[in-house]
Amino acid sequence: MTSVENIFKTNEGAQEMRARSEISAKEILREVGSVLRMSEAEAAKLGQIPADADEDQTMIINMGPQHPSTHGVLRLMLELQGEKVLRCKPIIGYLHTGMEKTGEELTYMQGGTNVTRMDYLSPLNNELVFSMAVEKLLGIENDIPERAVWMRMLLSELNRMSSHLLFLATNGMDLGAVSMMLYGWREREEVLRFFQKVTGLRMNHNFIRPGGVAADLPAGWRDDVLEILEMLPGRLAEYDILMTDQPIWRERLQGVGVITADEALALGTSGPILRSTGVAWDLRRDQPYLHYDKVEFDVIVGSYGDAFDRYAIRINEIRESIRIVYQILDAMPQGDYRIQNKKVTPPPRARIDESMEALIHHFKIFTEGFKVPEGEVYSAIESPRGEIGCYIVSDGGPKPYRIHMRAPSFVNIQALPHMMRGGLVADAVAVISSIDPVLGEVDR
Amino acid sequence: MSDGTTEVDVTPEPQPQLHGCPVSDSRGQTVVHPTRAQYVALMKKLLDGGYVMCSDLTAADYLTHSGRTLPEGIDAERFEVVVNLTAIATRDRIRVRVQVPESDPTIASLFDLWPGTEAMEREVFDMFGLSFDGHPDLTRILMPEDWDGHPLRKDYSIGRIPVQFKGSNS
Repeated sequence: MTSVENIFKTNEGAQEMRARSEISAKEILREVGSVLRMSEAEAAKLGQIPADADEDQTMIINMGPQHPSTHGVLRLMLELQGEKVLRCKPIIGYLHTGMEKTGEELTYMQGGTNVTRMDYLSPLNNELVFSMAVEKLLGIENDIPERAVWMRMLLSELNRMSSHLLFLATNGMDLGAVSMMLYGWREREEVLRFFQKVTGLRMNHNFIRPGGVAADLPAGWRDDVLEILEMLPGRLAEYDILMTDQPIWRERLQGVGVITADEALALGTSGPILRSTGVAWDLRRDQPYLHYDKVEFDVIVGSYGDAFDRYAIRINEIRESIRIVYQILDAMPQGDYRIQNKKVTPPPRARIDESMEALIHHFKIFTEGFKVPEGEVYSAIESPRGEIGCYIVSDGGPKPYRIHMRAPSFVNIQALPHMMRGGLVADAVAVISSIDPVLGEVDR
Repeated sequence: MSDGTTEVDVTPEPQPQLHGCPVSDSRGQTVVHPTRAQYVALMKKLLDGGYVMCSDLTAADYLTHSGRTLPEGIDAERFEVVVNLTAIATRDRIRVRVQVPESDPTIASLFDLWPGTEAMEREVFDMFGLSFDGHPDLTRILMPEDWDGHPLRKDYSIGRIPVQFKGSNS
């Protein structure tokens, strides 16, 4: 096929949503959001294909992939009857760049640059889970210096704040609170400014690496963090006035996109979506990693499973993160910021000038990488969007034999058909926004 | 060795089992190795036993792997489907690895147990070409519909664009 033909052939063929008469009953059930597999008796009662309007009264339309409120290139095919959404099918893949394949070609040292670009709103969490998986394979997960562990926690929590602030911004914009968008971006920028000071970059840091972190905290970091921590509570209170307590805001979100706990679990969702249904599941508390068992914080849980709960959970999680960061500031020890293990740590810059061996070591570790023992491991942490997992298979070489990222957005997006069913098109925007998908991570 | 510094235990330990499937330990994580025939029945038991969340389902292609350790009685095949389950109540995780031969790359779908595996199984189908029996809508998910091949297979080479240097003679 020539490239010109390719341009005109823009449909996705069988991936698209088709008319009801063309597909199986099972697929229709999924697209109308019947997800639960129940006992035979219950299924017989509820699992019937709903008696919707005839095909000539409905229409199938595309929302996206260029729609501004789809947060990237998410394409939804919606079957509508008037304003009511009957069926929904998310179509993804527009941002697919084969990052898992690329990951097999990069050494463990370079891998961080790859995974950090997946969920570009919480890059540090991506790096963290990748590093933790590699460290587990190396068997050094318990030897990471204390300062590095606390630094990882500090960055991870600040990243959670910046990601949730961006959610507040885009959620506000999607629902017409345009000023909120400016405020959210403004506050997020403050956090990113700190990241730039620490890592050199606003995003895609490649700062958390197997064995520790790339550099020590810069001078004056404590004041910068305190500045953020003191600025945020007042701003969050302003958001409450602007949005939480506002009747229009509540009207738009309460009771929209409802999902029950059983459905959320069956769909594998995690993070704020699962917690909005009342399931108190937060990997930071339930399967503690780093030093999360040494800090005090509350897991925010909703009770209705609607878009408002998901909004409220995120805004309150920023408050919890502030609480955690205060404790991290108190606990931050002095010491090394990366493991002193010649195998995974390059020699310090100063040594290269004096020692031939250090120069050779430096050259070898950056060209060949370090070898990781054969095995396979899955590590998971709580990213702002839910459980982010990293599955690595090693064949004993310096590159991962297979690297798979369990992307929370990829799984959470499956809840869309269920949340949309029976709602209005205008609510569809609120529902997408409340899932807070990052398409870079969905498509990888 | 002979001076007795390391005592080698000659009596083989009984193979740990879970619901009739061999269990191994991978860096402290529990891994169950069912056969394809045992797969769905085992998953059903695990689901009933509290593993209510299917966190992840993926696959790996072991075509060029230098050799992996599998428990006795499990024959290594080219493909492996890897499922990570989470038990909310006991805060526990378990991993299931199933061997899938190249000659017959099919395996049962878990859609009826965890509807959330729908997208993940489609991704495995797309990337590895394994087909899932009983999946409601097994189409490509990330690649275009008319794409040839399955990119994450080890015999699918990554494309390269030759770099041209200006002014060079070759």
